[in-house]
Amino acid sequence: MLMLKVENLHVKVADKEILKGVDFELASGELHVVMGPNGSGKSTLALTIAGHPRYVVTEGRILFEGKDITYAKPEERAKKGIFLSFQHPVEVEGVKVINFLQRTLKNLRGIDEVEAYDMIFKAVEDLGFDSSILSRELNVGFSGGERKKLEMLQAYLVKPKLLILDEPDSGVDVDSLKVIAGVIAKLHSEGTAILLITHYGRILEYLNPQRVHVLKEGKLVVSGGMELVKLIEEKGFAAVEENGTAVKA
Amino acid sequence: MGQQSRLEEILKAGSLEEILGTAVPYPKEIELKGELTRDMIEELSRIKNEPDWMLRHRLKALELFQKLPMPKWVVGVEELDLENLTLYSKPEIGNEVKDWDDLPENIRRTFERLNIPEIEKKFLSGLTAVFDSESVYSNLKAEFEKMGIIMLPMEEAVQKYPDLVKKYFGRVFPAGEHKFSALHHALWSGGVFVYVPKGVRIPFPVEAFFVIGSALEGQFEHTLLVADEGSYIHFIEGCSAPMYKGFSFHDGMVEIYAHKNATVKFTTIQNWSRNVINFNNKRAIIEENAYVEWIEGSIGSQITYTYPSSVLKGEGARTAQYVVSLSNGPFMKDTGAKTWHLAPNTSSKIVSKSISANGGINIYRGLVRILKGARNSTATVSCDSLILDEESKAYTYPHNQSDEPTASIIHEATTGKLGEDKLFYMNSRGISEEEAKSLIVLGFISEILEGLPFEYVEVLKKVIELEFSEVGGVG
Repeated sequence: MLMLKVENLHVKVADKEILKGVDFELASGELHVVMGPNGSGKSTLALTIAGHPRYVVTEGRILFEGKDITYAKPEERAKKGIFLSFQHPVEVEGVKVINFLQRTLKNLRGIDEVEAYDMIFKAVEDLGFDSSILSRELNVGFSGGERKKLEMLQAYLVKPKLLILDEPDSGVDVDSLKVIAGVIAKLHSEGTAILLITHYGRILEYLNPQRVHVLKEGKLVVSGGMELVKLIEEKGFAAVEENGTAVKA
Repeated sequence: MGQQSRLEEILKAGSLEEILGTAVPYPKEIELKGELTRDMIEELSRIKNEPDWMLRHRLKALELFQKLPMPKWVVGVEELDLENLTLYSKPEIGNEVKDWDDLPENIRRTFERLNIPEIEKKFLSGLTAVFDSESVYSNLKAEFEKMGIIMLPMEEAVQKYPDLVKKYFGRVFPAGEHKFSALHHALWSGGVFVYVPKGVRIPFPVEAFFVIGSALEGQFEHTLLVADEGSYIHFIEGCSAPMYKGFSFHDGMVEIYAHKNATVKFTTIQNWSRNVINFNNKRAIIEENAYVEWIEGSIGSQITYTYPSSVLKGEGARTAQYVVSLSNGPFMKDTGAKTWHLAPNTSSKIVSKSISANGGINIYRGLVRILKGARNSTATVSCDSLILDEESKAYTYPHNQSDEPTASIIHEATTGKLGEDKLFYMNSRGISEEEAKSLIVLGFISEILEGLPFEYVEVLKKVIELEFSEVGGVG
């Protein structure tokens, strides 16, 4: 079944066009990878699908499970089952992680506070995280690795239909990377569709994507299989352009 | 009356109006209004059957009121026309009120709506309820009366304990301080007197709850709290008013005298309806090794001026002043704290947290003064402002002055804004803008909420949730 369909997506940020007509489809249960050099529009794609108000769709549309969500509020998208794991999760002073997670579970899964409390502690244990994280303020003073892990904990608890990961592997050490890849693999095996945005290929050592898309200057220039990842690793993004037509599906 | 479920009802309420209620007309026995004159003060004193010394005290204050200029720092009270206000209003009640059931239904209901009788039963050592200008209910649990604790409506204390009252009344916060303290001393009515004898510790809080029942009224209640040597008391003050058209004016006063080694905690939770102009005069004198803690929570009102003040008079005296102010909507809070260090080894701590939203304005005005000779005294001031949108503002005007070289003052200030990215992060987890705001606000003040009894915290959380609900705060 088709889960996400992005049609001719044009997106502006502060009057600058970042995405210039992106098309792709993601079926339920699939894992797709979006790669691309810095500034190609990868994060813009993720934030636009999640509904960030600063990212303005000027043309095209986004369909989720057949419904047009191009202009839906971010919280509505979340309630439909879209979850974005942020590249740079922001610090929210004053809000304790535990309370934030309880509220998230209540809103996204209808789980009451008491039950959520137990679930959260169990999830922390499952993932081998330190439970002291729960009494801290949301992302405040967290290291890059801690922030990424907290995003994973949230995704693990929410069990979304579609998990969008914006560079979950940037700024994390090898051990954290394994943990993060483990959570992604687990969610994927349980049926979550995944759109994984990455700059490097190293997280892909732990995962099995169905499809790889390459984004350059606001357009998907190539879509293909894992061979694209190899090509990029060996020859860089420049090689893709040259070989684009050859490997394009 | 379903008391057991009242807290639940409050927690389920869909709007602030459901909690505060709307004003209904009710019979009043006496009203004094019009121009403030000597005759009026004499009439007020006569109604209260006061001793001569109190009448003289009032008349002296009236003279000061007429002489003193309008303070320069008062802005936004153009609406305030004293001649238009009822300056004294006595609701019609029976003579003997021993129980809530002895009160007229409308008054009883107002307090029930706010869950006051239930809170009294469960959490308090004693309670005084003031409706308009009079204390309509006052009850100290018998076990505490036996310990020698006095808790009486202020008027009754003037009659029964004139020497004790005279010793402190107007000595902590004199009438001549400024125009509004003079006005207060001329017109004071209602309020409570509390005396805790030497070495007595009251295990549960004592509460006074103030309600202004209708528009165009002035309320001038006076609270005097004397904690004798080595005693302990936690006093909670609650303020509320139903929704009405037109404004009302509150010019209350709290005087605290903490003797050697005494501890006084004074907590105010003010949730006046959004058309009350709220003026507070609060001061404590703190003797040797005594400690006074103020928690001043201002949620409601149109404009609030409140600066709980501590005079550290004795060596080793300490104070903490926690000030939380929420201005949500076209309202203003001018709040802060004042501390004078007069003796050696005194310490003070001011924590101010303000939240501005939907065009709200918060002003922090603080004073820390360490006098020469107050050796090794320390003061810390921290001022945090949270601004939830572009239309709202927060200003801080701290004044810290030390004339003692061995003393120190530390001042910190932070301003936090709820930016688009923070909000989006919460939104992307299914949390709406309104919910995100109340979560952030409750988190911001959690340090202060921790010091309050559970039931108060639950009600406060609810009020804040409603403030930011989609229906919106009460405009």
